[in-house]
Amino acid sequence: MFGIAVALLPAVSSSGVVLNTAIMMLYTALLGLAWNILAGFGGQFSFGHAVFFGTGAYAAAVLQAKLGWNAWATLPAALALGAAVGAFIGALSFRYGLRGSYFALVTLAFAELFRILANNVDFTGAGVGIMVKLDAGAENFQFSTKAGYLYVVLAFVLAALLVCWWLKNSRYGAWLQAVRDNEDSAKAVGVNVFRVKLGAIALSGALMAAGGVFYAQYFQYVDPGLAYGPGVSIEALLGPIIGGLGTLWGPVLGAVLLQLLGEGTRGLFENAPGLSLMVYGALLVLMVTFMPSGVLGAFRRR
Amino acid sequence: MFELSILWPAFLNGLTTGAVYALIALGLTLIYGVLHIINFAHGAALMMALYGVYYLQKSLGLDPYVSLLVMVPAMFAAGYLAYRYVIGVASHGRDENILLVTLGVAIVLENLALFLFKSDTRTIDTAYTFTTIPIGTAMIALPKIVAFFGAAAAAAILLLIMRATDLGRAIRACARERQGARLVGIDVEHVFAMSFGIGLGCLGAAACFLLPAYYVNPGVGNGFVLIAFTIVVLGGMGSFAGALVGGLLIGVVESLGGLWLGESLGQIGIFLIFIAVLLFRPQGLFGARA
Repeated sequence: MFGIAVALLPAVSSSGVVLNTAIMMLYTALLGLAWNILAGFGGQFSFGHAVFFGTGAYAAAVLQAKLGWNAWATLPAALALGAAVGAFIGALSFRYGLRGSYFALVTLAFAELFRILANNVDFTGAGVGIMVKLDAGAENFQFSTKAGYLYVVLAFVLAALLVCWWLKNSRYGAWLQAVRDNEDSAKAVGVNVFRVKLGAIALSGALMAAGGVFYAQYFQYVDPGLAYGPGVSIEALLGPIIGGLGTLWGPVLGAVLLQLLGEGTRGLFENAPGLSLMVYGALLVLMVTFMPSGVLGAFRRR
Repeated sequence: MFELSILWPAFLNGLTTGAVYALIALGLTLIYGVLHIINFAHGAALMMALYGVYYLQKSLGLDPYVSLLVMVPAMFAAGYLAYRYVIGVASHGRDENILLVTLGVAIVLENLALFLFKSDTRTIDTAYTFTTIPIGTAMIALPKIVAFFGAAAAAAILLLIMRATDLGRAIRACARERQGARLVGIDVEHVFAMSFGIGLGCLGAAACFLLPAYYVNPGVGNGFVLIAFTIVVLGGMGSFAGALVGGLLIGVVESLGGLWLGESLGQIGIFLIFIAVLLFRPQGLFGARA
């Protein structure tokens, strides 16, 4: 139903602003859904999800701009790379039982490591970044109207929602949530904790990479700061925390609220750099203090 | 290979930077040892302290080293209050919450600085900024040498507080066993807030030693925060000796790495150490098994 409602949006309004806001909401929701798989369902808080996002964005941009791949063909490659980076980081950290602060740190460090590498290596265009060539046409993942992008990102979000729904209703999802709630008990009843967490980070990484691919195609430009900088990591975690950690619709709701708030503060603080981000930070503190289970959680408890 | 004439100054420069890193990491490791959380706002707090030193010099003409008398108590008070009224309140007894809150505080501080001070990079001029002192064949800037000894002195004072005062004993008791500490009548929340305050006090001192030979902009904390994390992981979470040795080591690695690979890529050495430590010795050089 949600999908149909969003899909009908272009028919109701062809205004570029409205569609752009809807696209950004869905895109933020996609990042949030990806992050939520690992943190909300798996209990592992990553502060460096940009590492997967950037990998996806660069995979799309490099394969397309430097190696001449078709834009759609880069998508599976980017997903696979995102999952691979996730599995690699997961294997390193979960093997030694890194949790909590340690895990947040490791992810942050990897994002930073990748940013420095992307800044210094030739095939990523170094500090200059990569432009994705403008070549309009649906077969090139480039659309003449915003509506095209809206449908694509909507499809991504629906796919991510489907994955999360599956996590809520499958045996694997139950294992993952058991690991989140009590790792030792989960191990005691025979859950392979390492493998379950590894699966979650790979899945989360792949979805995050899809967000990166969409970013690269929509904005047609990638540079190290945009792809691997801390901004994306924070964007990914804010939505689920505001909406409701570990819930199906929390990240979507959070993304909608965030974008509305973003529009509001942008209008309010037009000439004040930083203030709108400051509101995000304050919001994070306030949410954790007063509504630790998010907007959805607060309503559900009543 | 490079000649000794290049390596020696790079080594000494790395050592002086490393001493300041060690001081920053001491604050971080103290907070970790007691609260078992990583303070993601550590870099942003350092950035604020650097601005404090900058404006004390610009508006009141206070020498950065005199600012120590203002900045250390000010940062201590800020840390104490921040824990009492923001971080402690938000925790709800869950570590993830503290992580998220310190991240939120970092975002607020960084963007507040961007708003108040703009994104310009600022430096201060002192009479001794360009004074150099020869050590062997190397010419080392005077502020860097002061920073080395100043950071060492601050670290010594911190260790003394931890070893020889009632507060230090209470902090160590809370770090070891917070339930037990509560049972013998220690006000645990107060000790937590004191630890947070002392941790930020270290940053106040670090800022005073850093600024004469360094610069400040709203994003400057990010670089330091990862370096401090690396040091703490390398030395062993919660270990003071580890933070000291780790700080010096990282300072030298960064300096020599920059020599070999260039300024920007040189930082990679730090991350490689970070990952290698996590792989082969996650408890760090001096840490007990986590």
